[in-house]
Amino acid sequence: MDNFYRDNILDHYKNPRNFGRLKKPDVSYSEENVTCGDKIGMEVKFRIQNSEFKIIEDVRFWGEGCAVSMASSSLLTQKVKGMDVLKVKNLGKEDILKLLGIELTPTRLKCALLPLEVLQKALQGK
Amino acid sequence: MFDLKKVKKDFPIFDRLINGKRIVYLDSTASTLKPRKVISALNDYYTRYSVNIFRGLYTLSEEATAEYEKARQKIARFIGCGNPKEVIFVRNATEGVNLVAQAWGEINIGKGEEIVSTVMEHHANIVPWQELVKKKGAVLKFVDFDNEGYLDLNDLEKKINRKTKLFAVTYMSNVLGTINPVSRIIKTVRRINPQAKILIDAAQAVPHLKVDVDNLGCDFLVFSGHKMLGPTGIGVVWGKYELLDGMFPYQFGGDMIKEVYLDKTVYKEPPHKFEAGTPHIAGAIGLGAAVDYLFELGMDNVRLHEIKLTEYGLRSLKGIDGLTVYGPQKAQERGGVLAFNLKKVHPHDAAQVLNEDNVCIRSGHHCAMPVHTKLHIPASCRASLYIYNTEEDIDQLVLSLQKAVKIFT
Repeated sequence: MDNFYRDNILDHYKNPRNFGRLKKPDVSYSEENVTCGDKIGMEVKFRIQNSEFKIIEDVRFWGEGCAVSMASSSLLTQKVKGMDVLKVKNLGKEDILKLLGIELTPTRLKCALLPLEVLQKALQGK
Repeated sequence: MFDLKKVKKDFPIFDRLINGKRIVYLDSTASTLKPRKVISALNDYYTRYSVNIFRGLYTLSEEATAEYEKARQKIARFIGCGNPKEVIFVRNATEGVNLVAQAWGEINIGKGEEIVSTVMEHHANIVPWQELVKKKGAVLKFVDFDNEGYLDLNDLEKKINRKTKLFAVTYMSNVLGTINPVSRIIKTVRRINPQAKILIDAAQAVPHLKVDVDNLGCDFLVFSGHKMLGPTGIGVVWGKYELLDGMFPYQFGGDMIKEVYLDKTVYKEPPHKFEAGTPHIAGAIGLGAAVDYLFELGMDNVRLHEIKLTEYGLRSLKGIDGLTVYGPQKAQERGGVLAFNLKKVHPHDAAQVLNEDNVCIRSGHHCAMPVHTKLHIPASCRASLYIYNTEEDIDQLVLSLQKAVKIFT
C-alpha cells in the first residue's frame, strides 16, 4: 500500500489528460458516485468509417473526484482515443486495473471503475 | 476523571496490530469499539442460557427473560426514564424513526399537515418522513443551520406553526458535532404549538452526554446500541407511555399478542406490542452491559474527557495548512466529531493515506448529504472521538494528514 499513490497516478491526477469539454460532442453522459461525492462526465466525438464501424476520434472528461477516479479517467481517455467503439464497450475491470497498475480495495474499486461506467453509458447513448 | 490507560485495556481490539502498527480508531461516530464487559455478556448468554424468552417455564428461559428485562430497566435508568415500559427494543436508531413514522405517523399525520425536520439531520431522520408525507399528502419542512453550524432558531420559529404535527431533530449532529439546545428548542416548539409531537434523534447524544428523557420534555427519543459500546443490531425507541399506548403496532406476529383468534387478535401493551418475533436477546443484554460500563465511568466524566480532547483536536487540526474544520469551533458546544477538508486532498485519498498508519477515519458524506450540499462540498473527512481516544491518537492523525498533504502537493 505504501506505493499506492505511485508517480503515474499522481501525475495523471495533478495533470489530467483530456480534461475539459468538446465543442460538439456526438454523445455525452455524466454520473455521480454519491457515496464519495465524485462526479465525472465524458464527452465523445466519433469518426464514422462505415455504418458498422465507429472510431472514437476525440474524448474529454470533466468533473471532480479523488486521485483514483481522476487518474483512472485520464488514463482511460488516453487509451480509448482512436479505438473501435465496440472494443471500448467490451472493456472491463481488469483493463482499468492494468491501466492504474495498483491493487484496490472494494471501496476504492468503485472510484476506479466510475469513469469506464460513465464512458460506456455515453457510448450507449444514455 | 477516569484512567485512560485502564479504559484502553478494557478494549481487547487494541491488542491487535495491523502491519506491526497500533490501531488509531477515530470513527466512533459510525460505530464504537466494544469493551470486554460487553463481549463477555454476549458470550455468557450464548454459552450459559442461550434460549428464548417469555416462553419456557424452565430455569434457563426464566433466566433469559429476567436478563432481557433487566437490560431494559438499566437502559431506562441510564436515560433518566422512570418507567421501563417506555423503552422499546429495535435494531437501531434508523428502525426507531421508522417505528414512530409507521406506528404513530400512519394514524396521526393527515393531508396538508406538516412535519418539520432540520437540514443537519442524518438521513435516518429525513427519509422516513419523506416517505410518510408522500403517502399522506402532508408537507415536510426543514429548519436551516447557520454558517457556524448552529441550528437557526429564528428559522425554527418560522417553520413551526399550528399545522405542525411533528418536529424531528437531532440532539447532536453526526457531521458538524453541534450539540443542539434541545430543552430550549422543545420549549419553543411547545410555545408555538403545544399539540405538536417532538422526536429526538439521540444516536450521537446518549453515548456521549447525560440524557434525561423525563426532564427533557420530548415525546420520542431514539438511539443505537452499537454507537455506545453495545452490539450491532440493537437500538432503542423511548416514547411517552400514553403515546405508545395509543399507537398502532409496528409489526405483527408472535410475542406482541395477548390472544389470537382466527378472526381477531388482542395485542399486548407497550413495550411488547412493538417487539414482534424473537428479539435480539443477546444484543439487549449486551447493551445493558454497555450501559453498566458507561455508568461506572460516569457520563459527566465521559463528557469532560471529550471536551478536553475535542479542544486539543481542534487546535491540532488548525495547525495543518489548508485544513478547514466544519461546525462550531467551541469544544463546549460540540461533541467530539471533527469533520474537515484539506485544500488539495480529496477525502478518499486522505483516508487511504491514513489507513497506511492504521488511522481509521470516515470519508464521504456520512449519511448526511444535505449537510454537505449546504456547505457546498461533495464530501468530507471525519475523525470522531470517544472514551478510549488519547492526545497521542490526535498527534498520529495530524502526522498522517501531513503525510497526505505532502503526497498531494
